[in-house]
Amino acid sequence: MVIDWVNFTPWASLGGGIVLGLTAALFILLNGRVLGISGILGGLLSPRVGDIGWRLVFLLGMAAAPLVFAMLAPAGFLAAPRIDAGYGLLLAAGLLVGIGTRYGSGCTSGHGVCGLSRLSPRSLVATLTFMAAGFAIVFVARHLF
Amino acid sequence: MQKISEFVAGLLFGLGLLLSGMTDPGKVLGFLDVSGHWDPSLALVMGGAILVGVFAFALAKKRTTSFLGGALHLPKASQIDRRLVVGSLLFGAGWGLAGFCPGPGLVSMFSGQPKAAVFVAAMVVGMILFEVADRYIHRPRALARGRT
Repeated sequence: MVIDWVNFTPWASLGGGIVLGLTAALFILLNGRVLGISGILGGLLSPRVGDIGWRLVFLLGMAAAPLVFAMLAPAGFLAAPRIDAGYGLLLAAGLLVGIGTRYGSGCTSGHGVCGLSRLSPRSLVATLTFMAAGFAIVFVARHLF
Repeated sequence: MQKISEFVAGLLFGLGLLLSGMTDPGKVLGFLDVSGHWDPSLALVMGGAILVGVFAFALAKKRTTSFLGGALHLPKASQIDRRLVVGSLLFGAGWGLAGFCPGPGLVSMFSGQPKAAVFVAAMVVGMILFEVADRYIHRPRALARGRT
């Protein structure tokens, strides 16, 4: 293992993480909900009366984020995202993420941030499992082919 | 008040993802590539988030209502079963293929990245496929076993 010092962004990432933690805190304490993106989005696909509005309002807030970020951050603060995957790979990845997060009841936010913060053994198993799968896929894709 | 808080939460979460670097798949894959040139940034994202979250959820566990007065929904499931593990394996594989997980995929799409929109569209299709399969395959069996 070699540390990639060029791309390492300790302060922005720690700061971003703290903002994510504060948001999850706000959401559970004020709105009484666990902040899990796959759950919030997935719940819209089997809609129940009275359980739709808050999901849409949350997603609307998310949709405003890039614009607000551009207003707050100095120009050029964000490097252009590197999306190397082609369209076929993106389709496969999206399908896997969609099916997997619903079947496993959570993703990086629900299990990773909130579940680990709740000290839930179930979320720890989920997080270790999806991390391990991610490590394995990247190892195969980058170092075996 | 509830609605404002929901909107602000979505906004802040999106800002946090952008600031942290999670919306850059190249960065995510750099973190998942432990045996290559490893970018540890995302460990700090998780660490920072959990550092704050631990206190919030410790407080939440002691309450039955939120501070705005609504119900407080904490997950009740605790079983570690095949659904959890297989689902997480599939999710992790998809995450490793393109470097997008659900939140950053959405924010990246809202930033106007067409590739992220393709990812999100496929993700929503995957979620719908799950709903359909769950309704017609798993639920009757789970009910037969006395589980919901």
